[in-house]
Amino acid sequence: MGAYIIRRLLMFIPMLLVLSVVSFVIIQLPPGDMLTTYITQLKRSGVDVSEAEVARLTQMYGLDLPLHMQYIKWFGNLLRGNLGYSFMWQRPVTEIVAERLPLTIFVSLLTTVFVWAVALPIGIYSALHQYSVFDYVFTFIGFLGLSIPGFLLALVLIWFFYSRFGLNMTSLFSPEFLNASWSLAKVLDMMKQIWLPMIIIGMSGTAGLIRTVRGNLLDELRKQYVVTARAKGLPERRVIFKYPVRMAINPLISTIGWTLASIVSGEALVSIIFNIQTIGPVLLQATLSQDMYLAGSITMLLSALTVFGTLVSDILLAWVDPRIRFGRGGN
Amino acid sequence: MLAKANPKGAEPVSTADDKFYAASERQLIWWRFRKHKPAVIGGIVLILLYTVAIFCQFLSPYGPTNRFPDYQNVSPTKIHFSEGGKLHRPFVYAQKRELDMETFQYVFTEDTSKKYPIYFFVRGEKYKLFGLLETDLHFFGTGDPKVPVFLFGADSLGRDLFTRTLYGSRISLSIGLVGVFISFALGLFFGGISGYYGGVVDEVIQRVIDFLISIPTYPLWMTLSAALPRDWPVVKSYFAITVVLSLLGWCGLARVVRGKLLALREEDFVVAARLAGASEFRIIRRHLLPSFASHIVVSITLSIPGMILGETALSFLGLGMQPPAVSWGTLLQDAQTITSVALYPWRLIPCIFVMVAVLSFNFLGDGLRDAADPYSV
Repeated sequence: MGAYIIRRLLMFIPMLLVLSVVSFVIIQLPPGDMLTTYITQLKRSGVDVSEAEVARLTQMYGLDLPLHMQYIKWFGNLLRGNLGYSFMWQRPVTEIVAERLPLTIFVSLLTTVFVWAVALPIGIYSALHQYSVFDYVFTFIGFLGLSIPGFLLALVLIWFFYSRFGLNMTSLFSPEFLNASWSLAKVLDMMKQIWLPMIIIGMSGTAGLIRTVRGNLLDELRKQYVVTARAKGLPERRVIFKYPVRMAINPLISTIGWTLASIVSGEALVSIIFNIQTIGPVLLQATLSQDMYLAGSITMLLSALTVFGTLVSDILLAWVDPRIRFGRGGN
Repeated sequence: MLAKANPKGAEPVSTADDKFYAASERQLIWWRFRKHKPAVIGGIVLILLYTVAIFCQFLSPYGPTNRFPDYQNVSPTKIHFSEGGKLHRPFVYAQKRELDMETFQYVFTEDTSKKYPIYFFVRGEKYKLFGLLETDLHFFGTGDPKVPVFLFGADSLGRDLFTRTLYGSRISLSIGLVGVFISFALGLFFGGISGYYGGVVDEVIQRVIDFLISIPTYPLWMTLSAALPRDWPVVKSYFAITVVLSLLGWCGLARVVRGKLLALREEDFVVAARLAGASEFRIIRRHLLPSFASHIVVSITLSIPGMILGETALSFLGLGMQPPAVSWGTLLQDAQTITSVALYPWRLIPCIFVMVAVLSFNFLGDGLRDAADPYSV
């Protein structure tokens, strides 16, 4: 087990390296270097930039160096926790991201828990009662969930809640808590609002997982050992939950990387519409004003988070499934 | 489901079975597909949508940038079919605009004294059909530019939302096809060499795909399209966005192609072809490609909706197509705030079109997947 974890951890490092190259390329993509853009922006708004300031910024980002040296400088800063400077916010990227990251992770984890909590029982039920009325209902709902994009559904639901009940769902907090510091009352207030975005973000993931769990459990139930267990006279509940369900849960863990990626991705979009103070809206503003340091760093961070999630899921899977631990390949 | 051959062979085989065994693969796929009702409906809806997109100039009553300054934010025009209890050909009333002094919103009321029948094949704004044929024929309208018909209402500049939705379908529906074409080329190439050669090449490509799949799509799309200059002409940014969407889209296709190739490579007929001295290119083209063509069609169909949604989301956020280009996403930009949606709910109508298109593609793909392998039970 230890060797397996170390091997996987070692694979994590090249992944991060590739990610950093991708992010650096993205930051460099817009035509012209970003310092000129920044200076023209400043001049347009009437602020004069001194020669010394230009020289300082050029020095700071190593803009006079060749491209690969710029990357090494940028990556060195990255390792020291310096993600660059956001021209739009006039603040270090690290600060902006640190403010918003906890809520982003919280919403993503909450949604993941929600997805599992809903998909698992429904998937098991659908498999055990194949072709029953509820099975068809869940299959249909799942199909809609997979097809309808979260951000469009969010728009329609906001309109629905507003026109029907006069509820404004586009804020995570009631006005009195908007600027208050974190307290139990504020968290409770947030819980009253967060369920709708959570359901919308988790919808497609839930639908996908229901399908996977149902399909896997159906495959498992047809296997010989289930017949043997029944023949031995085990109670039905025990027959199902002892092994087949455990086997059917595996993909739950092994697909967590994709689920997480889709949740983080959907979260960014839905948060923009619901105006949740996560990284999503910052990313949108950054991309709209071509604040590439901020945008590139956020993309890098979100991707690193999902890659890390995949790593955790791989280790979890090895822990659950001994076949993977001993290197004989799993599913 | 068609019956399988009787394994004992004692009783005579029925005529249905004869038909089943005599049928070509294509025929079998069609029979199976026909049974999947949602897929058939999805297919029909899609044919309709694409036809509308092709003939949008003729089907829409006005031009996409044609403004009616007196009708800003007007709600969808009511079409009447009867007057005083008597059936009448479809007509609309003229509308009067008044300023509500309390809310400072324009309020439109119907002027029931003036009737304007709706005619088909009316003369209106000039356009060039397919850029060739100059004509001014429109499918329907009142024929009077003073009394327009707004089936879906008008936007804040007084442009007809129905017309703009139809025009928008050209970009929104075609971007999926073009994007899939690029992903398909990439996926076939990388999946092909990965599956056919195996070994180190396979390992490297698989790791790259793993990596790309674990990146959250929307943030990457947003950042990439942010790097595109905003002042590019429509055609240029259209292709740039398609490329952005395809950069992640090919992974799924490459996986399907690789998986199928790995399975097929060991099949006897491939080994036989190789022993007979066929070149690798010939084996791939003559023996492998036809064997999994149907599976590729399925994957392609199922990856189009993702592209359509990607374009809609990007344009909706202001990162994709830029006005004056019209797509469903740019139209939905007007529906971003809760106040605009509450006051002018018809601005959400393009949303319905996106959902219908996406659902139809998913249903169609699902049906095709069932039909793709007609020999399975």
